[in-house]
Amino acid sequence: MSRFLDLPAGMSRRHFVSHLAGAAALAGPATTFTNTLMANAADLRKRHKAAILLWMGGGPSTMDLWDLKPGTVTGGPFKPISTSADGVQICEHLPLMAQQMHNMAIVRSMSTREADHMRGRYYMHTGYVPNPNVEHPGYGSVIARELASQVPDLEIPPFVSVGGSSVGAGFLGMTWAPFVVDSNGNVRNLDMGIDPTRLGQRLEMLATIEDRFIGEKRGPSADEHKRVLEKTVRLMTSDQMEAFKVRSEPKGMLDLYGDTAFGRGCLMARRLVERGVPFVEVDLGGWDMHNDIFTTLADRKLPELDKAMSALVGDLAERGMLDDTVVMWMGEFSRTPTINGTAGRDHWARSWSVVVGGGGFKRGVTVGETSSDGREVVGESYSSEDLMASVLKSLGISLETTFTAKNGRPMKIANSGKVIKELFA
Amino acid sequence: MIATERGDRAVPARGVCGRRDASSSRPLQIVQGVLATSLIVASTLVGMPWRCAGAVEHFDNPTVAFINEKVATGWAERDLKPAKPATDGEWCRRVHLDLIGRIPTVEELQSYVGDSTPMKRAVLVARLLGDDYVDEYARHWTDVWTTVLIGRDVENERVSRPGMRQWLRRALSRNMPYDQFMEELVTATGVNTNRRDVDGFNGATNFLSGKMEEMGVANGVQATAKTAQIFLGVQVQCTQCHNHPFNKGKQNQFWELNAFFRQAQALRRFDGTRDVRWIELVDGDFPGEGRDPQEAEIYYELRNGLMKVAYPVFIDGTEISRSGYLPAVLEDGTAYGVNRRAELAKLIKTSPNFPRAIVNRIWAQFFGYGFTRPVDDFGDHNPPSHPDLLDGLAERLQESSFDLKELMRWITLSEAYALSSRTTAGNAKDDPLMGEQPMFSRFYMRQMQAEQLYESLLTATQADRSRTGEDAAKAKDEWLSQFIIAFGTDEGDDATMFNGSIPQVLMMFNGDLVKAATAIGKGGFLDAIATGGLRDEAKLAKLYESALARGPTPKELTAAKRLVAGRRGDVAGALQDIWWAVLNSNEFILNH
Repeated sequence: MSRFLDLPAGMSRRHFVSHLAGAAALAGPATTFTNTLMANAADLRKRHKAAILLWMGGGPSTMDLWDLKPGTVTGGPFKPISTSADGVQICEHLPLMAQQMHNMAIVRSMSTREADHMRGRYYMHTGYVPNPNVEHPGYGSVIARELASQVPDLEIPPFVSVGGSSVGAGFLGMTWAPFVVDSNGNVRNLDMGIDPTRLGQRLEMLATIEDRFIGEKRGPSADEHKRVLEKTVRLMTSDQMEAFKVRSEPKGMLDLYGDTAFGRGCLMARRLVERGVPFVEVDLGGWDMHNDIFTTLADRKLPELDKAMSALVGDLAERGMLDDTVVMWMGEFSRTPTINGTAGRDHWARSWSVVVGGGGFKRGVTVGETSSDGREVVGESYSSEDLMASVLKSLGISLETTFTAKNGRPMKIANSGKVIKELFA
Repeated sequence: MIATERGDRAVPARGVCGRRDASSSRPLQIVQGVLATSLIVASTLVGMPWRCAGAVEHFDNPTVAFINEKVATGWAERDLKPAKPATDGEWCRRVHLDLIGRIPTVEELQSYVGDSTPMKRAVLVARLLGDDYVDEYARHWTDVWTTVLIGRDVENERVSRPGMRQWLRRALSRNMPYDQFMEELVTATGVNTNRRDVDGFNGATNFLSGKMEEMGVANGVQATAKTAQIFLGVQVQCTQCHNHPFNKGKQNQFWELNAFFRQAQALRRFDGTRDVRWIELVDGDFPGEGRDPQEAEIYYELRNGLMKVAYPVFIDGTEISRSGYLPAVLEDGTAYGVNRRAELAKLIKTSPNFPRAIVNRIWAQFFGYGFTRPVDDFGDHNPPSHPDLLDGLAERLQESSFDLKELMRWITLSEAYALSSRTTAGNAKDDPLMGEQPMFSRFYMRQMQAEQLYESLLTATQADRSRTGEDAAKAKDEWLSQFIIAFGTDEGDDATMFNGSIPQVLMMFNGDLVKAATAIGKGGFLDAIATGGLRDEAKLAKLYESALARGPTPKELTAAKRLVAGRRGDVAGALQDIWWAVLNSNEFILNH
């Protein structure tokens, strides 16, 4: 007899399991649950590595944020300001981030080739260009998979995406797929509204049907379905779901991050990482500014970003979590140095910046540079693969890790990217 | 099929091995469009030796035979053994899902399984493609085409989903030939929304109404990209900015194709307020960016900043008049000008890529995979798995006046479509999930689309179907919207979370739709079964057949009985639990 519930548990699970005592099929694991729970309680606060990706959907103009070119034709109207990191300047409309730059590093020498939204999103998330025959896993799935074992009692999915547009698990399978929630932490359809005994009976019946079908050798989708069912049951009965309740934070904390979807998303990311989730992606879209870019940035986008991102970095540092938590900021590409006829900038991938910090990264530095008009990287440039390799290294994940794609072909983690050495002491 | 719908190609009905079942004349009568003469011809063939045992069924259709032969050649070349045929129940379930977008009712299932005539598959396909099911066929394919043409998440001032759907339902209900279908979409003019106070509604305009402008620039870039992708199976969007890195696409080709859309304008109509109320798609004279309407040119920028000029040239190099004027006649009777979109539609119709693109798309709809991945990216960089089959079907479709139902008939009656989804030692290596080219040696299992699930739940629970047409579609939209993730880019990219992940399972576990489906209120589906006077085992069988197109196994019966016992005689409650379990099973949600 197969079961859905051979899992470690929290309070509501114990309550739940006590109702199931009569169900012979499930009685065995019930005692195991409780024991595992006791054993794990001590480790709950154990340090663990994690990463937070702040994803800027649409492609932000990095030469207006992190790599300014004041006084040039391509430079735009924004002025650079000094920051808490020696010699590092950023945009005047990011004054709060300016106070956190000693915790972060800017890579100003990214150079990629994908300037289409879908392709760029895929490439920057996976380190691979889209390929019709293989679906590669993105950051979230890779890191969740590599780090999941450090928090064995985690019942929340190890890869949470706040607000939306992540790249999925590809050949790693639905186990590592992003769990998408909105910025208020609402999870739809979480409650079945029936008593636990009855839920147990339903699940037992369901297991019988599932197993018969799986026994007919119908391929991986049938097995995968059952694994996701198990995770769902675990989630429904977990008190770890508290971590999503971002609105239960003190008002001062909510204000610090800003009363915006992105602000709450960043705060939720901190809560989730605190609870042991190894990867959280927070989405801030709307950077696809083909026209009127400078007023949009100055009036709307940058204040929202500035408040939330600086609060997150500062909060992590204050709680002593930054040494174990990597924060990265990027979009799928950047925008043209040339300002177009409608005062906007178009897609540009040849020379741009990303921002990283925390974990094992060196802080308060910039890496690489672009030419005076921003059109070229001067010196060595870095790719999505290189960035990914660096992030993995900063989390202590071995770059020798190899996945086996579904076609049996071995695939090196981060597509064999080279570590950006200036990011490490 | 039993006979084609054209008299000149009508062929008689007969069984696989020359046995012609006496009862086969009965189902023949319900085949839409069958000529009476074919019955007479058929009767003369009784007893004639025809295909011995072991031969592959082709339902006397040369194209079905052609598909069978080509697919089998692939198996032989790769040393694959096809799976056994699917059971009657499995085949009946999948053909309903694929043709009309829902699982069969218990009655439909029983009538098919109980039929022992040799032509019963052809008869069922003919029924599902015929008049009895025309509304359901149109509903299902309207869902499919709406997603293809305007995506899942587009409902804004520029695109009217109801308008798009209304046009599609009409076109699909009357099985509009696919070349005309394309032409009406590509050349559409008129108002995109069906308002009582506005004349000139043409729902087909919704294909392009939201694709003419990008961030305030009316350049038709999305119109170009989507038209090429959908109707020609080529991806040109990357070449908007540069020559393609790994296929032959060149930047000039993008802009030369784009030039065909430059007479078209998506005008915003304001309806007395400052809000855009609808879009009117019109054609107007295009002065050209060089201000010479006789040579109406456009400019595009190379990566090095140089500007180049482009005129309308089709992807195969065919040039049309460079005039930006619409067709008109001078006072002296001289005709001048050209309608660029009309010319484009003509060129698409004669392009060999046009039938190939639709064959590939429809094939993928039925098999889970097309001959290329993705289905709309032809080129030397992406060779098809079965080039002869793709080209042969394309040719036959063209000869059949682009009758898509005919194409569907060929596909659903093929041997490959009737195979089991079970993996065996002889076909395990044929696995597209592992990056292999699909060889169709078994039916690739796949999850139902969200739309199919929705309709199937309504069917399985015999839910009230009094809402029809646009009302029903809106209720479905509302439900579907929970799965949509918009990417927030100009191009309106979106994806679905209905992908087998936790949110989907939560919806099936606890969502309103399943709550309604498993309700035990008076007069509902479960209530009718619980109080219907059947024995417990028959009640269970009914539940299983409704959802899974099979009866319960002994082991499942035992588990169910244990559940009934556990609920101390509350049969309705126990049925509710069992029904919940059945609807949440892999077997229900997978098309297998």
